[in-house]
Amino acid sequence: MTYQPGQRVRVAARSHEGHHRTPGYVKGKTGTVERAHGSFRNPETRAYGADGLPEQRLYLVGFAQRDVWPDYAGESRDRIYLDLFEHWLEDAE
Amino acid sequence: MERSVHDRGGRPDDAPIDRSEHELADWELLTDALVGALGARGLMNVDEMRRGIESMPPDQYERASYYERWLFAIETNMTEKGVLAPDELDARVGG
Amino acid sequence: MSEHEHDHDHPHEPIGNGDEPPAAARARALEQLLIEKGAISHEDVRKRIDWLVSRSPADGARLVARAWVDPDFKRRLLADARSAALELGLDPGPSPVVVAVENTDDVHHMVVCTLCSCYPRALLGPPPAWYKSTSYRSRAVSDPRRVLDEFGVELGDDVELRVLDSTADIRYLVMPRRPAGTEGMSEDELAALITRDSMIGVAQPAAPAPIG
Repeated sequence: MTYQPGQRVRVAARSHEGHHRTPGYVKGKTGTVERAHGSFRNPETRAYGADGLPEQRLYLVGFAQRDVWPDYAGESRDRIYLDLFEHWLEDAE
Repeated sequence: MERSVHDRGGRPDDAPIDRSEHELADWELLTDALVGALGARGLMNVDEMRRGIESMPPDQYERASYYERWLFAIETNMTEKGVLAPDELDARVGG
Repeated sequence: MSEHEHDHDHPHEPIGNGDEPPAAARARALEQLLIEKGAISHEDVRKRIDWLVSRSPADGARLVARAWVDPDFKRRLLADARSAALELGLDPGPSPVVVAVENTDDVHHMVVCTLCSCYPRALLGPPPAWYKSTSYRSRAVSDPRRVLDEFGVELGDDVELRVLDSTADIRYLVMPRRPAGTEGMSEDELAALITRDSMIGVAQPAAPAPIG
């Protein structure tokens, strides 16, 4: 499915053996789609000699720092943003 | 969930950040250029290169400098693709 | 450069082979082998080195300085930094999307790449060593205010800190706040205040030199 800016999404909590671009610290966390960047070749297959097609949609997703790090020492308004591929996102509305 | 050695975000780390400036050495620029040249020739894309870095044994990754990781990734990919024979680079360096 | 018989006519001569790590010999042997096998050419390598040494934060600074003096350009920069760079004749690099984010009195951005070292190299030059260090990559996401403190940036409690972890194809460039006291300065004078670190978001721009 396609996500829109403002939509709440959860990052899949699955482990993945090979090359991928979803850092462990954000897996299972819920955030908000900030912008849609368009579609890009999939690094998970492109890292192993394939062409990375079909392209996957990529989003900038923002999270409250306190949702990501339970003992975050900064301000409650602080946020963290990552670029995440669509197949790592789940609808959290 | 087990995290790979390259996946650093939020790892416990109290070390102050070493902010000293480091001008790239000749061999580091060369290594950077080799990756760029192989990319332009379609012989190794950025994802293959990063997969190569991530395949380093964790203790080796921790010890290696930045461009030593790049060298490892080039050698790994070029050996996989048959451009280099296994141990050919070792032989050349040793000889 | 005893074993390096071919002449890279670039300005970075080694400071002394005696101090080089074993990786240096390995890199040169790898270059030789890849050229012998016809995988790459000498010319390929020379061109890449020329490009790498030609990159510097001065290009990013030109973008930011123009945005400081030209509100229409700033709008275009924030909407599409790649096009804005091309408009000034700058090389935005291979990334199809470059995003500029604006620091204001209320919001401060800083950039990291926790998985590797993604960085807008075309506009800022090669990333500094600390940016690639495991300690910055670990701490910039989970403890960013203390990291900023180490870099000498004091953020008020009322400022929203936004950390950008560049995990994929997009490259991020921070547009720092224009310092007070720079109202009469030219675009070139402003560009000289805009440091590399201020465009990563771990520094404020340099203060203008006192007049007189």
